[in-house]
Amino acid sequence: MLRLDSNLQDRQREQRLVGARAIVAGVLVLAALSVVLVRLVHLQITDHEHFSTLSQDNRVKLQPVPPSRGLIYDAHGALLADNHPSFSLEITVEKVDDLPGTIAALAQIVRLDDKDRERFDRLKAQRVRFQGVPLRLNLTPEEVARFSLDSYRFPGVDVRAELIRTYPLGALTAHVLGYVGRINEQEMGRIDASDYAGTHFIGKGGVEKAHEGLLHGQAGYQQVEVNAHGRVLRTLESKPPVAGRDLHLYLDLGLQRAAAAALGDHRGAVVAIDPRTGGVLALVSNPSFDPNPFVEGIGAQEYHALLYAPDKPLFNRAVRGQYPPGSTVKPFVGLAGLAEGVIDSHKVKYCSGAYRLPGQSHSYRCWRHGGHGGVALEAALVQSCDVYFYDLAHELGIERLKNFLGEFGFGARTGIDLAGELGGLVPSKEWKERVRKQLWFPGETLIVGIGQGAFLATPLQLAVATATMANHGHFFQPRVARAAQVPGAPRAEDLPVVSHLIDAGNPQRWEQVIHAMTQVVESPRGTAKGIRSRDYRIAGKTGTAQVFTLGRNQAYNAARLAEKMRDHALFIAFAPADDPRIAVAVIVENGGHGGTVAAPVARKVMDAYLGGSTLIAEPEAADGD
Amino acid sequence: MAIRPGSAGAQRLDDPSQSGLLMRLHIDAPLLVGLLLLCAFGLVVLFSATDQDAGAVERQLVRLTLAFGLMFAVAQVHPYQLRRWSLPLYALGVLMLVATLLIGDVGKGAQRWLDLGVLRFQPSEMLKLAVPMTVAWVLADRSLPPRLGRVLAATVLILIPVVLIAKQPDLGTAILVAAAGVTVLFIGGLSWRVILLVGAAAAALAPLLWYRLHDYQRQRVLTFLDPSSDPLGTGYHIIQSQIAIGSGGLHGKGWLLGTQSHLEFLPEHHTDFIFAVIGEEFGLTGILVLLALYVFIIYRGLSIAVDAPDTYGKVLAGGLSLVFFVYVFVNTGMVTGLLPVVGVPLPLISYGGTSMVTLMVGFGMLMAIQTHRK
Repeated sequence: MLRLDSNLQDRQREQRLVGARAIVAGVLVLAALSVVLVRLVHLQITDHEHFSTLSQDNRVKLQPVPPSRGLIYDAHGALLADNHPSFSLEITVEKVDDLPGTIAALAQIVRLDDKDRERFDRLKAQRVRFQGVPLRLNLTPEEVARFSLDSYRFPGVDVRAELIRTYPLGALTAHVLGYVGRINEQEMGRIDASDYAGTHFIGKGGVEKAHEGLLHGQAGYQQVEVNAHGRVLRTLESKPPVAGRDLHLYLDLGLQRAAAAALGDHRGAVVAIDPRTGGVLALVSNPSFDPNPFVEGIGAQEYHALLYAPDKPLFNRAVRGQYPPGSTVKPFVGLAGLAEGVIDSHKVKYCSGAYRLPGQSHSYRCWRHGGHGGVALEAALVQSCDVYFYDLAHELGIERLKNFLGEFGFGARTGIDLAGELGGLVPSKEWKERVRKQLWFPGETLIVGIGQGAFLATPLQLAVATATMANHGHFFQPRVARAAQVPGAPRAEDLPVVSHLIDAGNPQRWEQVIHAMTQVVESPRGTAKGIRSRDYRIAGKTGTAQVFTLGRNQAYNAARLAEKMRDHALFIAFAPADDPRIAVAVIVENGGHGGTVAAPVARKVMDAYLGGSTLIAEPEAADGD
Repeated sequence: MAIRPGSAGAQRLDDPSQSGLLMRLHIDAPLLVGLLLLCAFGLVVLFSATDQDAGAVERQLVRLTLAFGLMFAVAQVHPYQLRRWSLPLYALGVLMLVATLLIGDVGKGAQRWLDLGVLRFQPSEMLKLAVPMTVAWVLADRSLPPRLGRVLAATVLILIPVVLIAKQPDLGTAILVAAAGVTVLFIGGLSWRVILLVGAAAAALAPLLWYRLHDYQRQRVLTFLDPSSDPLGTGYHIIQSQIAIGSGGLHGKGWLLGTQSHLEFLPEHHTDFIFAVIGEEFGLTGILVLLALYVFIIYRGLSIAVDAPDTYGKVLAGGLSLVFFVYVFVNTGMVTGLLPVVGVPLPLISYGGTSMVTLMVGFGMLMAIQTHRK
């Protein structure tokens, strides 16, 4: 009985104990769940807005839709820059865990060579975060299909269809159009990121860079619902992109071909301008390069080969080559003399073969040792007498000379719609004191008068000045693009024209200089008589730019000098002289004499444009300057 | 329900409507209703969480049916038999754990599976039941509260499998197995002094444990403390599940309309993180319903413990009920960002069969304790 009692007591104590513990456990359970509930209230009520936004951001992605880049046509509608669809394999590096492994696995599916890997590594280094980096370009349809089957194995790897710029004429138009290339980090800072979202390419030179704004267009966007892997499930909202404007150039492809052919293997440049509009008809810099490899990123080796090639094919001589213009400036200096009233066309100066400034012993030589005797402006231009222009420059003074030449575009960028243009240099007292920290010597004015010394001009500047002369002083800012057309629009819109008039006083003075320039070609004593044409009259001027300064008593012997030391041959011309439709500037580097080497090039260009056919007379031995 | 202070609770079943058929079938009606409601809710959520994969829901339904069958089968076993089988089951489980460590399959970098030819078996699941049974067996030998010697013996019996499981390494299961043993001790009247002492010692030893952790385990704890430190790696789970729950708000986005789970931002959305799907689609309201169901089941389990006729039944029923709560708390705490991420499924809701079977066998034991009165 006792034992039963104790047993019963035990059981009752146990009952109370377990009951108490169950209550404590129940309280603990409720307390713990309260903590969870407080947390849930915090997440779902207090911070609900915040998490709603995050969830929405997760789900909805704003995808940029890049616009298609405007096409570029020549004056007759020939396509110069095209877009062609291409499939590329892109890796978003940030989304891939094992990059080498992924690439190795991809190499089993698509062909990958060292160049692809090298380009990938290079582009990877300059990528923008979370933007795809192309591993392979121009996938074949079979490769696209093979990858699509296996794409689940490659998160972060996508096939992208994009429009790739191509330049069907390659090297022929490279220096005019420039090229597009992948946007680099530096350019990223300059552009409006939202407008370029989704765009991988940007103009890197030439027309492509200068007209980037017109060609690029405006990015559109689409709001898409995506899953965690970034796969698009549906489009919620979209705004289509605005395609870039097509550009119609003044450039005449036929003429461009003719100019390139006329220059042949010579290093040099040809710029042809329509004087009536300022439109660039042809712009050739030789040698040139194929811009197409640059679009997707040229290999380092190929790039270095181009960059360090002795003939510098990447160098755009037409707009960046700065040469002493030599005697080609004489028509402009002569006109300055007339306009400033320092001379009239009948004023005769005596050339003894050398010129001395009053009170100085140094003599400035004329190219003809015996001298030209008494010459007025026309004869001085036709025979390119240096002494005449020494004296004229001296009388004008450097300031008046510089200002008048500046009206023609010398000494400053012309503002052409080609990226990278340089401005040349017309020296002055102010320039010399500022840059060289030296005083101006009167003798330097003389040298400027014959286009030598520190005087530098680009072939483009020479062509612009020549066109302005042909126009009787109506200066047009040179332009490559004539009009821009919204794709699908019925008409192209002309791009704005900038022009000004040069006042030379009496309009007769233009005629006097132009007549003299025709005599350079027409006269039997003219320095470019070899290119005389029976079909139209040419007004021109030869020039020779010294590369190598001769000692006082040395004679110039072209044959003896190494080729690179030879003078540059220059020629400027426009035609027909009485109704000019084309103005041309030609420079042949180390070509020697302007009349012999450069003038025939110009004649061929003008023939191609004006339809001339006469044979060019065999140039005689270098005579005159 | 009142906890009756009177003698052992057979009399509460004197009501003839309550006894009778269900009693003879050894089914506890309140527990069954609670479990059925919970599982039905789970299937509805699962349909959404698996992206309306009827096949997956069907497979889960088959598993549930089997698990319920197993529960009924276990319910037929008299607690006396359970008590007898406690130690042998425990010994078998520990042996298999050792075997797993020696020859087990390496799944997800941890040896958890024992391949028995026809079926792959996770011995640690068995121990989730064998450990509380064994601890209950140790305690039931004498009347409660246990003396220190028995507590120590129980502790050793708990620690052996816990250490073995932690070695696999499977920290989550190790903690749950430990909890299954400790809750039995707690219900059995482990003295508060010991509880405080062990708590203090654990706090002091925590830094030591830190150095014993594997890198990925340490990473989980670090990420738990600051999920944004690794938003694309381990922190991703936590961030995305909080976004899912938070964006659900009070009423949720609606069934099948949760973007976080359907667009796959939420990882493991039909297994360990299914709680976040509930939070996203049904909002706080839905979660309250779910938690109410859990609370009801735990409450029913605790009252079975209180009413149980013998010591073994009391402590085992109490321990099983409480460890069920530990599952709920660890999972919800992990998904809401209160606790570090350990792979613990949401009981009876998450897709998968392993933990479901263990849990339902446990509920079968509860029913057995409640319905076998002699």
